[in-house]
Amino acid sequence: MLSTPALVLSIMLFGLGLIGLLSRRNILYMLLSLEIMLNAAALAFIAGGARWGQVDGEIMFLFILTLAAAEVSVALGIVLQLSHRFRTLDADAFCEMRG
Amino acid sequence: MEILFYIAAAVTLLATVRVITHVHAVHALLYLVVALIALALIFYLLGAQFAAALEIIIYGGAIMVLFIFVVMLLGPLAVEQERTWLTPGAWVGPSILALILLGEVGYLIAAGDHTPIVATETRQKGISIALYGPYIIGVELASMLLLPGLIGAYHLGRRHSKEAR
Repeated sequence: MLSTPALVLSIMLFGLGLIGLLSRRNILYMLLSLEIMLNAAALAFIAGGARWGQVDGEIMFLFILTLAAAEVSVALGIVLQLSHRFRTLDADAFCEMRG
Repeated sequence: MEILFYIAAAVTLLATVRVITHVHAVHALLYLVVALIALALIFYLLGAQFAAALEIIIYGGAIMVLFIFVVMLLGPLAVEQERTWLTPGAWVGPSILALILLGEVGYLIAAGDHTPIVATETRQKGISIALYGPYIIGVELASMLLLPGLIGAYHLGRRHSKEAR
């Protein structure tokens, strides 16, 4: 069975995405890292579905796909707004909320 | 089967590392497309053909086109990098990784192992039945998520274009 190595791969991909999210300050790369982490979660679901022979894993993948499409469309609109307003993509420049 | 999985996994990891370590956005996007296609191949090897097709069509197609579109729209931030993006060296890495994947797909076709494809019929049916049976609430919630996503993207994009005028 391939599901255990697939789970290990999904853990590694999720870790890489997390490292990218934490280390990069460019907001576009932070979005890309989020995509990587979503894909890692989807891979874990597919591996689980393959392990137990159920279709629920693929259904969860469909939901993750929907979520990613909605998230990316809104987040890229925000990126465009921010780049227009601040003339940079540095996440540290958008600290008006002091968060 | 096993060795194909490990090669595809190595390609995915390599491309993902290049995504998070790259300086140029377009290069990172190229590597991310390769990583997504490799992930689609892994889905196929795990027996989830429908998920593999959706991964290529929606992730590798639609979402990556959105990203590339926005990177192009960022314009002034990227103008000075445009020349360095268009060097032939930028395409070598992703092309090699994509060729490895193409070799794997060619091997899968040549090997002619159609046993999982027979089982696909009932599996697709099971997905559809489960999606509109026990998971109907999830489908409704997804539609309620997509409509605000559409409206939000329209609103953000519209204000931006009015400002530019």
